[in-house]
Amino acid sequence: MSKIWIIIQREFSVRVKKKSFIILTILMPFLVGALVFVPALLATMKSGEKNTVALIDVTNHYAPILKGTSNIHFVRESAMKKSFQQEGSPFDAVVFIRGDLTRNADAATIYSRGEVPHAVEEYVNDKLTEKIRNDRLSVYKFTNIKQVVADAETKFSVKTARWDKNGNTTISSSDIAGVVGIVFSLFIYMFILSYGGMVMQGVVEEKTNRIVEIMVSSVKPWQLMIGKIAGVAFVGLFQFLIWILMLTSIVAIAGTLFGVATTGAMPPVVAMSAEIPQGTGLEWLHIIQGMNFTEIIVLFVLYFIGGYLLFASIFAAIGASINEQQDAQQFMMPIILIFVFALYAGMFSIQNPDGPLALWCSFIPFTSPVVMMVRVPFDLPLWQIMLSLVLLYGTSGLIIWLSSKIYRIGILMYGKKPTFRDMMKWLKYK
Amino acid sequence: MQNFIVAENIVKRFAEHTALDGVSICVPRGKVFGLLGPNGAGKTTLIRIINHITMPDEGTVTFDGHDLRAEDMLSIGYLPEERGLYKKMKVGEQSIYLARLKGLSEQEARRRLKIWFEKLDIMDWWNRKLEELSKGMQQKVQFIITVLHEPPLLIFDEPFSGFDPVNAEILKKEILELRDKGHTILFSTHSMASVEEICDNIALINHSKVVLQGPVNQIRTRYKKNTYRVTIPAGTSFENSACEVIGEETKGKEKIMIVRKPEGETNSQLLSHLAEHVEILSFEECLPSMNDIFIRVVTDNELR
Repeated sequence: MSKIWIIIQREFSVRVKKKSFIILTILMPFLVGALVFVPALLATMKSGEKNTVALIDVTNHYAPILKGTSNIHFVRESAMKKSFQQEGSPFDAVVFIRGDLTRNADAATIYSRGEVPHAVEEYVNDKLTEKIRNDRLSVYKFTNIKQVVADAETKFSVKTARWDKNGNTTISSSDIAGVVGIVFSLFIYMFILSYGGMVMQGVVEEKTNRIVEIMVSSVKPWQLMIGKIAGVAFVGLFQFLIWILMLTSIVAIAGTLFGVATTGAMPPVVAMSAEIPQGTGLEWLHIIQGMNFTEIIVLFVLYFIGGYLLFASIFAAIGASINEQQDAQQFMMPIILIFVFALYAGMFSIQNPDGPLALWCSFIPFTSPVVMMVRVPFDLPLWQIMLSLVLLYGTSGLIIWLSSKIYRIGILMYGKKPTFRDMMKWLKYK
Repeated sequence: MQNFIVAENIVKRFAEHTALDGVSICVPRGKVFGLLGPNGAGKTTLIRIINHITMPDEGTVTFDGHDLRAEDMLSIGYLPEERGLYKKMKVGEQSIYLARLKGLSEQEARRRLKIWFEKLDIMDWWNRKLEELSKGMQQKVQFIITVLHEPPLLIFDEPFSGFDPVNAEILKKEILELRDKGHTILFSTHSMASVEEICDNIALINHSKVVLQGPVNQIRTRYKKNTYRVTIPAGTSFENSACEVIGEETKGKEKIMIVRKPEGETNSQLLSHLAEHVEILSFEECLPSMNDIFIRVVTDNELR
């Protein structure tokens, strides 16, 4: 046991002291933040592209409403000209309206030499839709019809609330729960793959370095394997802890800046759904605060450890069997496929968190960490979590045991690349 | 207990071949034991079994009077044939780590390492990464790590490969010093010269079997071909009647004759025959070199 501990210490300290680890750990939260905010920021910025569009309106009926915007400039033309098609044309597009659109919907076309600018298409569609609707409405001789229609037109979004065990109401949102779920499942996917990969890299390094020959004369191969897997796991948990600390402090700072009470951010905030002002843009913050993050994080750690043990031990066995990093490809393929499948299953689970696909994939140990992270924010029955965890840890134990048998033989085998069948044979060796 | 290691009837099969087929060896306590054999003969497999790294399919290994156990690993220092350490780790840190795995405390490991590093003159490299060291220095580090915990049994797999002659000499000296301190040493090698110099006993393995085993001087006697080296003054010669001359060579004022002693004749008889004809400057028996024996046994074995 003390030897495993010595190995864990080395595996941990070697990795944590690496510059790449320190830099990545500190930068990652900012990178993720940038990934979330930069596209959002870019989307809000108006595209600076200006389009000049020729407008040919045979009916003369639609031209007055197509006034253009700051970025779209319409120029009336009387007829289609050959020169519009040529390279030197001043127009990016030509809108050609040939007849009454209420009767013939095909009577309008946008021509362009390249792709029709999206903004132009959107603008023309919006304006013409409005005009056509008004034209059709005015056929019925109702007074104030436009006002009636405008009054009737609403977009409704139901407010959802959830009772917790104490009977308190919490605002919830399945959209936000889904986003939180996806974020955590992507994280667990990334964590398991990258830390599992780190184990494999370490094993291959030891094998190609031949240091493993010295190691196995001091410790049993399984001790070396467990020590490495555990050491790397602690690196992962350590990194996760740092990120959680960074995130909570960032949220706390953001909270004070935006004036949202963050006291007790972790326990579910008792909601006053009615009191929360609509449209402040801070509603999501309250909803996120309403989620049981303690539970999510505890389960994240549990599923990370379980899933990591499962895959890292497979990675260790693969690493021990191959002779150089490049050989890993053929063995990695099925594992990557399983992960991609798990991610898809997770995505579908957002739509239907209690559907059969989500349910089954929550119990299959190879997919459960990823899928369960998607479902956890939706409040699952305890028995499902327990069953899935028991299956996950049970399978991990079994796989660790099998992997250690392959590992033990593999690390001392050099020469030809083993096949899957060879590895199965090694299981039977004394 | 005269023997430190007794391996009996070891059989080890792999999927495609049998690596060891009924191998038995006895390694006497406090002696240097050479394990010889061509590539692929099964030496490394046998060493791994004695190291408790691989389990034999059949047979037993007795270690210091008891059946080999996992804990015995701590009583063995093993220098594998393929040397390797963590390239990115600092030399000192790495040595302490490996010593701790052999059961030394951190302080004790540091204390002993300092002594050895000073002795082999690599103290300046304590805080360097291993990859910055020359190959010879890496070998020294590895040697130190092998012997640091002062195990009663030391196993060296091809210890001299990769060493330049100067360092090989240092290593040889260290090995003999360790033997004199009472360590039992088992090493495998191709270098027959080193066998003659430092081995007390050998076992020759070929095709998964032990084909020759025993004390080096006995084996050499057994394989002698009754040939003698007689040195006489240059310019003189003796008649062929006394014995068969296999070869002759003149070096300065001396002439060296290699002769075969007739069947059933004693050394004195041969000597007096020769002395009748010429002045004899020296007379010695040609013992076959281990290299000759090695090649002869292996090729004989091949033919059968």
